[in-house]
Formats: sequence, C-alpha cells, structure tokens
Amino acid sequence: MTSKTFDVGAIRRQFPILSRPINGKTLHYLDNGASAQTPQAVIDAVVAYETTSRANVLRGVHALAEAATELYESARADVGRFLGVTSPDEVIFTGGCTAAINLVAHSYGQRLKAGDEIVVSELEHHSNIVPWYQLAQRVGAKLVGLPVTQDGRIDVGALPKTVTPRTRVIALAHVSNVTGALLDVAPVVAAAKSVGAVVLLDGAQRAPHGPIDLPALGVDFYAFAGHKAYGPNGIGALWGRRALLDDMPPFMGGGSMIGRVSLEEITWAPPPRRFEAGTPPIGPAIGLGAACRWMMALDWSAVGTHEMGLTQRMMDGLAGIKGTRLIGPAGLQGRFPVISFTLEGVHPHDTAQILDSYGVAVRAGHHCAQPLMDRLDLPGTTRASIAPYNDASDVDALLEGVGEALRRFA
Amino acid sequence: MSQALYQDRIVALAKSKTGAGTLAAPSAKAVRDNPLCGDRVTMEIRLDEHGRIAELAHKVRGCALCEASASALTARAVGHTTDEVAGLRREIDSVLSGESQGTGDFAAFAPVAQHRSRRDCVTLPFEALRAALGG
Repeated sequence: MTSKTFDVGAIRRQFPILSRPINGKTLHYLDNGASAQTPQAVIDAVVAYETTSRANVLRGVHALAEAATELYESARADVGRFLGVTSPDEVIFTGGCTAAINLVAHSYGQRLKAGDEIVVSELEHHSNIVPWYQLAQRVGAKLVGLPVTQDGRIDVGALPKTVTPRTRVIALAHVSNVTGALLDVAPVVAAAKSVGAVVLLDGAQRAPHGPIDLPALGVDFYAFAGHKAYGPNGIGALWGRRALLDDMPPFMGGGSMIGRVSLEEITWAPPPRRFEAGTPPIGPAIGLGAACRWMMALDWSAVGTHEMGLTQRMMDGLAGIKGTRLIGPAGLQGRFPVISFTLEGVHPHDTAQILDSYGVAVRAGHHCAQPLMDRLDLPGTTRASIAPYNDASDVDALLEGVGEALRRFA
Repeated sequence: MSQALYQDRIVALAKSKTGAGTLAAPSAKAVRDNPLCGDRVTMEIRLDEHGRIAELAHKVRGCALCEASASALTARAVGHTTDEVAGLRREIDSVLSGESQGTGDFAAFAPVAQHRSRRDCVTLPFEALRAALGG
C-alpha cells in the first residue's frame, strides 16, 4: 500500500530483520504487541554510542563522559517531546514499563494507608495489577476492579459506582493488549479529580502508534516500554507530574540519586535522578530516544490509515472463515491495531504453532491478562498486532494459516 | 516445522481424549496450571488395594500437545504404581530432551524436542498425575 506520505516498502527497508526468512518463508511479523522490531536508525544510534561515546553518565568530566551524558539527556528530551511534555525532568528512564509502574506503586504508594482504594480494570496486563495488589497487601488497601464490557472495553460507565472518596489511585491501560480497545480517558480523569485520586496510564500498547499528547489527556503518570515502541529491550519510561514527583521518595537507593550522603543522614536528588539509582541503561535509553525520533518523523495520519486498513482486512478475513470468533470491539472506532480471535476446536497455541510454519509470528495464550480471560470465559486467544511495517501479505499469510489450523484440528 | 510437530499420531491422540472425564469416587485429585500459558490439567485417580492406579480421569484445558499427552499417559499409567509412573515421567523427559525416541505412543512426542517452549505442554499432565499420587 502506498500513499503520498506513506510508503510501506520504504518503511520495511528500514527494518533489517524483516528480510530474514522463517521456516523457509517470508517473515510475517504480527507479534508487535509483545515486542516490535527495531529500525536501522535505532540500531545505529546504539552502535554509535557504543563505538564512539561509551562512558558512564553524569559522573565524569572527560570527553567521552560528556558525550555520553549529552546523548543520554538528549534521549530524555526526545522521549519528553514524544509524550508532548515540555519538561524533560518529568521523564524517568526505567527498566521497562513494568519497572515504571512498580516505581509508582512503591514510591507514590507510600502515601497510601489501610482502607484506601486502588482502582484497576479487569482487562489490565498483569504488570498493571500485580504491583497494585502488592501495594494493597503492604498497606492494607483494597484493590477494586472496573468491569469490562462484552466487546472488551473498560466500562467507564461504571466509574461512578467504582470510584469512591477512598480511591487514591486509578491505574488503567491506555490501550488493551488483548482487545486493542482505546480507553476513554476524560471520564477517568474527571472521576479521579472529583475524589483527589491520581491516574496512571499503562501506555505499553499505545506508544507504538505515534506521539502522545499527555497535557491533553490530563493524567498524572504515564508508563511505556521501549521494546514495544521500536526501541531496545531493558528500557522504558515513566512520565510523572512534577509536583507529584517532587514529593515522592526514591524507589531504589544507590549512586546518582542522592543529594548528600553521610552515615547519619541522606538527602535525595531532585527528579528525575532521584528515581534513577545506579548507572542507568545508557545505550538502551539512547536507543529509545532514537525510536521516539523515528516515530515522530512519521506521518501518523497516513500510518494510522495504513494500520487500520490492515486491521479491517484482517477482521473481514477472519469473519469470513467459519469457526472464527473475534474478541474485542467489532469496528475500528476507538481501537488500535491489536486483534484477538479464537478458532472453534483449536487451542490458541496450536493456532500460533501452525501460523509459525507459514512464517507468521503471533502471540497466543492469556496475554498476561488472566482476569480478562476469566471475564470472557476463554482459556486464551490468538493475537495479531500490527506495526507500520506490516503489509497486506502479512494479513493474507495469517488468514491462510488460520484456514490450515482449522482444517488440521477442528 | 509445525507439520512435523503435529503429525497425525499427535492429532489422533488429542482427539481420542483417552481418559477424559471425571471419576465417581476418586481417591485423589490434583490440579496443575502452566502459569505461562494458562493451561490447566485436572487429574483424578482411584488406587486399588495394592496402590496401583485402578482408574484415571483427566480434564484438560490446553493445547493439542497437552491433550495428546494426557491421552497417552492415561493409556500407559493405569495398572501401575507410583514408582512405575515415575518411570513413565523419566521416559517422556528423555523423549522431550531428544535423548531417546520413546516407546509406544510416547514416541509421537519426539518432535517436541525441537520446540523448547512446548515441552511443558507435554509434561503438564504428568505433573498433575504426580501431584495426585502425592508426589
């Protein structure tokens, strides 16, 4: 598919791995929701750091240390621009999205007391349930679940009866990693404000689909992973509202995060360094900055049209195969290109294994969303997730493999 | 290749559902989950006065490999003691590690040796049976 501003062939050529055959077939990579592939620009940025500027950051005064620090802090600014925020100091590099959520649960979580309530939803990834469950266990708070509609959306209509004066945190997925449903954020923020709670969004599945306007969303914390957003593994980012970060204690202790240390008293560095104990993952952070620059250079109106065109093609194709059931929103409104489905009489793992023999990479299972599987009464689903470099041949290969899985097992 | 993994013998074992169901009066029951994929096997057994498995029934919420494994295990385990069932576990482990081809229906699982991420699908029914036997 080619448009004036979007040429999928040109995008594909930027991703070296896409030329690697799988089982003698062309690779059809549709497991982007688990880990996206990374473009040459990101690889080059990491290699450039490792080969020309490798040193520790924020400590040395020599030329390499200065160069590394400049690259690291430039990456922070790139992530901030990607999130639409003006102050890079509100961006904290973490080990990933999970680490970012844990940071908030441990640090901001120290404010919570017995009887306080934390609201999550039934469709959350385990990484946005478990840290809050653990926090609730530590302080005697209560974990409360927002229900999910039959078409796999967080039921924001249930906010009035779920959010109470005891609610302190509302932590929700911006986009579901199973159904692709986009959260209607405005009523969540309104409900939180009405009781003085904060809102954290898990942006792991939203960030790979273009820049985000956090000021417009009005949330308090936003977390996302580098490896799902065309960046390296081992890196993620947390954005937090400055006034909140200033009042939060450190999550981990170590070098770089202190103001002054004596054996009698320790003071903390201001954010973001307060939350980046020890030597950070410098190369991965620089790679994440490059990934954000790569995404910001794309025409997301055209990319979105392309991605959702492929989503429609896949949904139409699956709907046309007897024995297939789509899980999630029926149309393209308020969703992102994450498509879950089941095949009657075929376990998702068997579907995924057959698809692998067609060169098609998908994810199968509970997607670290067991409460949602319970809610939908499913053992699991097969999930295809689309990135800008996917094309119609990827969708068609999946549909061919689905047909074979049904013939083989059903 | 998946075609080799899903040879006719595996598909036939899975579809046979040998031992699928429940027992009226089990002497022991165990449930085992695979936390990575969400698969679940419920195993019920009735032991005779000599400690041998007189009856075995299972409920599998899992993939074809898990279902095939439960069928193959049922066919081999009935009439055997705890120690003999441990021997079956050693045999399937050697098949899954590629060290042996296995005997009888266990041989159907030899291709799984090439798929590390799928080995637990095969061993889950064995884990559930071991737990039911008090292991």
